[in-house]
Formats: sequence, structure tokens, C-alpha cells
Amino acid sequence: MKRFNKILLLAVSLIFVFAGTTLFATGTQEQKSAAKAEPANANVQHVVLNNNTPSDKLEIFSWWAGDEGPALQALIKVFEKHYPDVNVINATVTGGAGVNAKAVLKTRMLGGAPPDSFQVHAGQELIGTWVIANRMVDLTPLFKQQGWMKVFPKDLLNLIGTKDGIWSVPVNVHRSNVMWYVPDNLKKWGVSVPQSWDEFFNIADKLQAQGVTPLALAQAWTVKHLWESVALGVLGPDDYEALWNGTLSWTDPKVVKVWQTMDKILKYTNKDAASLSWQQATDMVVKGKAAFNIMGDWASGYMSTTLKLTPKKDYGWAPSPGTKGNFIFLADSFGLPVGAKNPDATVAWLKTCGSKEGQDAFNPLKGSISARTDSDLSLYNVYSKSAAKDWASNRIVGSLTHGVVANEGFMNDFSSVIEMFLNNRNPQQAANACQAIAIQNGIGK
Amino acid sequence: MPATISRIHKRDTIKSVLIVIPSIILIGIFVYGFIGNTIYTSLTDWGTKAGLALHPVKHFIGLSNYKSLFTGFIHGRFRQDLVNMVFYSIFLLTGTLLLGFFLAVLLDRSVKYEGFFRTVFLYPMSLSFIVTGTIWRWLLAPSGGVNLIPKLFGLPKSNFLWISNRQAVLIFNWQNIITILLVPFALIMIYLLIRNILKRNRNKVITYSILSLLSFLYIFVLKNILPPILPFKELHGFKLATIGIIIAAIWQYSGYTMALYLAGLRGLPASIREASKIDGATEFQYYIKIAIPNIRPITLSAVIILSHISLKMFDLIYAMAGADNINTGHPSINMYLTTFRANQFAMGAAMAVILFIIAALFIIPYMLHSHRERQGK
Repeated sequence: MKRFNKILLLAVSLIFVFAGTTLFATGTQEQKSAAKAEPANANVQHVVLNNNTPSDKLEIFSWWAGDEGPALQALIKVFEKHYPDVNVINATVTGGAGVNAKAVLKTRMLGGAPPDSFQVHAGQELIGTWVIANRMVDLTPLFKQQGWMKVFPKDLLNLIGTKDGIWSVPVNVHRSNVMWYVPDNLKKWGVSVPQSWDEFFNIADKLQAQGVTPLALAQAWTVKHLWESVALGVLGPDDYEALWNGTLSWTDPKVVKVWQTMDKILKYTNKDAASLSWQQATDMVVKGKAAFNIMGDWASGYMSTTLKLTPKKDYGWAPSPGTKGNFIFLADSFGLPVGAKNPDATVAWLKTCGSKEGQDAFNPLKGSISARTDSDLSLYNVYSKSAAKDWASNRIVGSLTHGVVANEGFMNDFSSVIEMFLNNRNPQQAANACQAIAIQNGIGK
Repeated sequence: MPATISRIHKRDTIKSVLIVIPSIILIGIFVYGFIGNTIYTSLTDWGTKAGLALHPVKHFIGLSNYKSLFTGFIHGRFRQDLVNMVFYSIFLLTGTLLLGFFLAVLLDRSVKYEGFFRTVFLYPMSLSFIVTGTIWRWLLAPSGGVNLIPKLFGLPKSNFLWISNRQAVLIFNWQNIITILLVPFALIMIYLLIRNILKRNRNKVITYSILSLLSFLYIFVLKNILPPILPFKELHGFKLATIGIIIAAIWQYSGYTMALYLAGLRGLPASIREASKIDGATEFQYYIKIAIPNIRPITLSAVIILSHISLKMFDLIYAMAGADNINTGHPSINMYLTTFRANQFAMGAAMAVILFIIAALFIIPYMLHSHRERQGK
């Protein structure tokens, strides 16, 4: 009898397992045929522009809670001035670079309750996840109506759009390929800012002989961040872009050379990198323990606001070696998800995000520059002025680490490749692994 | 009369079944149904394209996700995670059992303020892994905390990189993994074979001889004939970066084993202890030869509970080393990243199923064991 009971129990649980399996299996079979019936492009929804006065609630989802909170508040204030009937709900989920916010967003989108607008890195991070899933609305009509096709740089519009449309409105622009240093220290050590990696290697030995770490580095993602600057420096902008549109193979000798250069650079970095935050790596430069640091220009905000240093006098900057005339950008942006409850208010919010008034209220506080080329430079600090000048004149390419050029699948796998490379320092193997993950994640398709 | 009794009996049975049915249905859907769904998902290619679409396109692809996890080019990280998990389990178990037993023995000897010490030792258990992780991340920072201890003795400051270390010991090639797993298996089989030959247990002799022959066949013959499971050499090993995490986990859980052991030691009748003393056993001999064998069931439960804790060290590692530190990696972190950061749902499901099977390997023998014990009584 007891044995019988046991068998019964086992049988019942197995039946449930199989029922679960087949139930979901048949469900997806039907969906498969449904998906085959209509080609992907027919699913694209375009934004509908009308003259309604937006009202009711507008939920804005972002990870701007801490230092960036006031900047978002300033933007919301501009919005409320123009659209007083809308009640803005500022939904933030904390966590650097939006790790937690992105997970929450995914559950909300899958659960059919998208926020009216959400913060997302412009480019493939949005396209590879939400646009190919047909969950975003094409904003091209809005861009045309507002005259944004002219005020945003053409390179930028290419990088944040696909052939089916433009998917989000960039509110800010950060630069990734910046090398930071302390001018007085460089003078003391008798070195100048290197223009290429070869020059860097020449002065690096000199710095090491004086007990100075040539390049300060922090935990893994900053290595990824360094990688994109090195890749652009070694490959040049054309080949760098060719990597992302699939015309240059990852196993090409030119790309292997990027990894070889990385290997050489890593010899000139601090050993405890993996346990430091990016701020601590910047601190090393400020305190004179290290000569250079390659970090996005939020480092300028950190040094001028948190450490109270004066730009140009206490700290200096230059494009990372070999990338003069090029601007690796990353941008936060807002879009209109399919199924948003209050599209009129969302469109009004997007208009504010893209407007000169909105951008010039937001960016001076955030420490970034406006994505528009016509912003009022008198509002910005010394560093931002120089970055804005470059933004208007340089060749613009996208950042890998911050979501512009590759989808989330590739970004995640690339983190593993970087870690693998830090462990074994094998350039050829890293190049092969990149080729494999590029194929798996459909890079360049 | 017998008829009414059986009718009452029947009514009771119906009642009890009715009472149990809701929970069977709920568990059926929310536990077994979803296990089934995860298994099914792991056999598809969900997430290779538009994984988050309203109606994602999935194709049934059989076991190829599992194949690529164990033998694919880009999943070396997952294999290292598995190796790490084995080491986490081994060290967490031995560490907590030894330290816990030692602390229990200290408290067992009726010290003053025992209650105070018991609370102190047990206290870390009440913290969440995130808190433990944050505390120990600071303690193990390269330029502070534990590394400053030698300075107290006038020695130079230690420069050991606890969490960010990239060195490994006990390095082996993944291509040899089956051999490495089979050698101890074969040795155990031979041991059992010899024992059963001596016992003249014919059926078992046949089973064990077949098993040991098969494993030797693989080790000496098949391995050289079959193609290697990986087309290239891939080195894995015990990463020194995991030591810091193991220390934090032991710190947190040794108080718990102490409590278990203390209860066990107190449960032993005082007469045993007195008898052993009269027979001339020292305190040491009493604990090793008498106490430990008598509290074996406690050791067993501690092993079961702790081994599955080592399967869910997600938050501790996440807090101490971050998600992207491959050297301290754990399959559960990898699963989270693959699923929710890379949107590769099918691959993440495959990792989840592997973790599920490993957990089942620990739990099912325990359940069978306790079930049999209950029946025995």
C-alpha cells in the first residue's frame, strides 16, 4: 500500500510536469504560425501626432535617483510648465547603469503594463531588445515635425535608428573616449599627453621607473570601456564601424592587433584594478599615484562637483590615444512603448526631452552635453564646452559598453570574453570568442 | 457493524482527499507545472532573436543548449562556474562542520556566560547574505582590513588580492573531465565489488563488476578512440579569488552548525560520558570516538542543508565580487545574467535545469533516507 502511494505521488507530479511542458509547447506552436503569417516590418507602428491637450497621468521610468535626480527634476519642471494638466509620476529604480531598472522594466513590459516612457541607452540596447520585438513606436514623424532631423547630428540619427524608423529621443550625450590627467603632475614627471598608443608605451616605461602607474584601471566594466577606446584608436573609425555592421571579421589580423595592444596596455595598469570602483581609479590620477585614466566624461562631473577641482587647472583631458577627431558617444533617451496608456502625454514628454529648453535645463546639472548642436553653451562648464565643440565637428561613433552599437546579448557575452582575456591574455582566443558571440547574437545582421 | 466502519473509513478518505486537493493543484501548477515549463523552454531557442516580443518565435531544438553549455566554444565561463560551485560546496561543508563542531565542543564544556557566547556565534546567521557580503568586501579590500593584520605584529602589510585574484591552483583540462569524474567512481566500484565478493552477494557482484569494467573501458580505451568533448584545451581550476567568499560563507554558517551540534551533544545521555570517563577515556577521546559517531544524524542533516545553501550563494557573491567577476562566478549568477541581461531565455533555462538537477542529487537521497527511517520506525 505504501509503495503504491509513493508511485501514485510520483505519477501525479510527473503528469503535472508533462502537462506543463505540452501545454506551453502547443501554445507556442500556434504563435509560431501566427508570426510567420505577417512579415516583421508590417508590425511597425508610427507615432500619431494630434493637437489634443495632454492630460491625466504620465509615468516616467528611469534609474536617475541619486546624483542625477536633480537633473531629472529640472527636466520634469520644464515639462510641467508647458503641460500643467499632466500629473507626472516619476518612477525610479536605483542601481548603477540601470541593472535593476532594466530587469524591472522587462517584467513590466512582458506583463503588459509598460510605463508611458522609459529611460534607455540609445542605440542597439533599445533596438536589439525592444525594437526587434515590435514593442516600440517609430518616432520619425515627431522628429520631422520638431525639426530634429537637422539639429541632431546625422551620425547620431543613423546610430539610434534603423531602416524602419527612429526609436527614441536622446536627452543627453556623454563621451566615452576621454583620457584624464593632472597637468602639473605630467610636467613633474616630464611626460606629455600621448597622441597614439605607441607614444603611450614610450612614456609608460618612464612613468613606471618613477613609481607611477601609467594607466589607472578599475573593475571589469572599465576594462570593457577601455577596450572601445583602444579599438577605435587602433582600427580607426571606418573599421570600428565595420565591426558592428558585420563587414569586418572579428578574427581579422587588424582586430587581433586590438587585443594585442590591450595586452600590452594592461601591463601598465594597477594590479588591484578588479576591486576598485571607477571613482577610485580616477582618485589615483587625482592623488598622483597614476598618470592617466580613460573614463567617460562623467569623470569630469565627479572631479568638479564631488572633488571640487577646477577643470583645466586641476585636471586636464584629451581624446584617448589615436582617437583625435572622433567622438565615441553614448546617450540616454526616452521612447514611446507600444501599449502606453497615455500616448498624448508621452509625445508631449518626448517633445520636452528633445527641446532646446529641456536639454539645456537637464544637461548642465547632469554633467553631460546636449545632443542638439544648437545648445546654449554659456550654461555649461569648461569641460562641457569643449565636448560640445567636438560633438558638433567630430566623426561620431557609438559606444559598445554603454549600449549604442551592440545588443544586450553581445554586451553580456563580451563581458565574459573580457574576463577570460584578463585571465589568460590570449589575443587570438579572445578574437575567436568574439567572432563566436557575434555570430550567436546576430551582430551585423 | 463492519459495513458501517468501512463506510466511515471511506468518508474519512474522501474528506482527506478533498482537503488535500487544492494544495495538490496549486503545487502542481506553480511548482511542477513551471518546472515542466522551464524544462521545455530549455529545449527551445527562445531568445536568439526577438525574445521579448509579444509572441516570441520559439523552435524546438532538443538538447543542443545543454550540449553547448558543456562543450560549446563560448560557454567556458559556465564550466568554470560549475567547477567553482563544486569547490564552494566542498569548502563550505568542511569549513562549517569543523568550525561548528569545534565551537560546540567549547560551549559544551559548561563555560561561564554560555548564553552570551552562543548568541555571538549564532548571530552572523541572522544577517542576510547581502549584509555579510558587504561587510566582507570591505574587510577583504586589497589596501585595508584583513590585509593590515600582519602590521599588528610588526610584519609588512599583506598584498593578497582576495576577491580580484586571477590565479588558480589544481588546474585541469576540461577535455579530461569525464576521466577525472570516472576515476574516483571506478575506485568506489572496485571497493564495493571486493566487499560483496567477500560477502558472497552474487547479484551485487555482477552489477559492480559491470560498472567498474565500463568505467575502466572508458578510461583506458574509449577515451583515446572517441573525439575529445572539446576541440581545444580549456583550463579550469580552483580560483584563489573564491577563498574570500568561502571565508565569508563559513563565518556566516558555522554558528548554525554549532547550534545543531550543541543540541546533539546535549542530547547525549550524561551516563555515556561518565561511563567513558570511568573507562579512562580522555575528553578528546570522548568527543572523537563516542560523541561524533552518536551524533551522525545531525551531521547528515547539516550536510544536506549546507550543501544546498552552497547552491544558492547568488547574493553573497553578487555583493562581494559583483556579477562580472568570472573568477568567483557561480552558475546561478550566470543564469541570471544570461536570462535577464542577455535575454537568452532558453540558455538561461538550461542552466536553471542543470542547477535543479544538481540540487535534486543532494535532496532526493536525503528524502529517501528519511522516508525509509520513518518507515523503519
